[in-house]
Amino acid sequence: MTVDLWKALLGGMLIGAGAAALLLLNGRIAGISGIFENTVTGAIGAQGWRLAFLIGLVLPAAILGLGPIVFAQGLPLLALSGLLVGFGTRLGGGCTSGHGVCGLANLSPRSLLATLTFMTVAVAVVFVVRHGAFFWNS
Amino acid sequence: MEFLTALVAGVLFGSGLLLSRMCDPQRVLGFLDVAGHWNPALAFTMGGAILVAAPAFLFVRKRHVTLLGKTAELPDWFKVNASLVAGSAVFGIGWGLSGICPGPALLLLAGGSVQSFVFVGGVVVGFLVLRAIPGLKRA
Repeated sequence: MTVDLWKALLGGMLIGAGAAALLLLNGRIAGISGIFENTVTGAIGAQGWRLAFLIGLVLPAAILGLGPIVFAQGLPLLALSGLLVGFGTRLGGGCTSGHGVCGLANLSPRSLLATLTFMTVAVAVVFVVRHGAFFWNS
Repeated sequence: MEFLTALVAGVLFGSGLLLSRMCDPQRVLGFLDVAGHWNPALAFTMGGAILVAAPAFLFVRKRHVTLLGKTAELPDWFKVNASLVAGSAVFGIGWGLSGICPGPALLLLAGGSVQSFVFVGGVVVGFLVLRAIPGLKRA
C-alpha cells in the first residue's frame, strides 16, 4: 500500500475518532451539513457546541495550511454547486459525514440508501462532465 | 465542558480531512471518476472512519447514554421517504460538479480563497431556499 493510501486511511480513522468523540462525549451526530445549518440559520442559542465543533474543524487547516488545492470549476458553477449541496444535504437529512460516516457506522439502512444515492449521482455527473464529449461524439 | 469536548472532536475530524487530503476537490473527483484515472483514496478514508466510529455507535445504541452520563438517542434507522432520495440526489449533483462536500468546504475557508467563500455562500443560500419553500418535508 502506498504512503498516500496510508494517509487516506489514517486520516479516515481520525475522522472516525472525531465522530466517536462527539457521540460519546456530547451525545451528538457529527453531521457537518446539519451542524453548519443550525449554526448559521438556527435560533440564537443553538450555536453553542456546534460553533465550538466547527471552530475545531477548521483549526488544523488554519494552523498548518491547506496544502495544494485545485478547484474544478469557475465561480458561477462553484456558487451553483454550493447551492445544490446546501439544499440537497438538508432536504436529504445529511451529507458524506452524517449519512456516509455516522449513518453507515450506525448500520442504518436509511443512511445506506442516502449514501448510495449521492455516490451514484455524483459518479454519473463526473462521468458526463469528464467523458461526456467522448461519449456523445463516439 | 460541552464546548471543550465538541472543540476536541472538531479538531480530530478536521485533522483527518486534512491528512487524508479530502479537502482537495481533485482528490474527491479522482474517486468519483470511475472511467478515468480512478483514485481509491476516498474509499480508504471512509472505510477507516466507519471502522473507528462504529464501536461508539454500538455503545450509545445499547446504553442510550454518553460516557459523561447524558442521555443520547440515535436517529431512526428505517425512516425512508422521497425527500431522503431526492435530497441526496441533488447533493450528489453539486458534489459531482465541484468535488466539495460540507466538511471540506469549511476547511477550504481557512485558505481564504474567493472560490471557497463563493461555494460556502452558495451552501447558505441553499439552506435558505429550502426554508423558503412551504410544505417541503425534510427526510
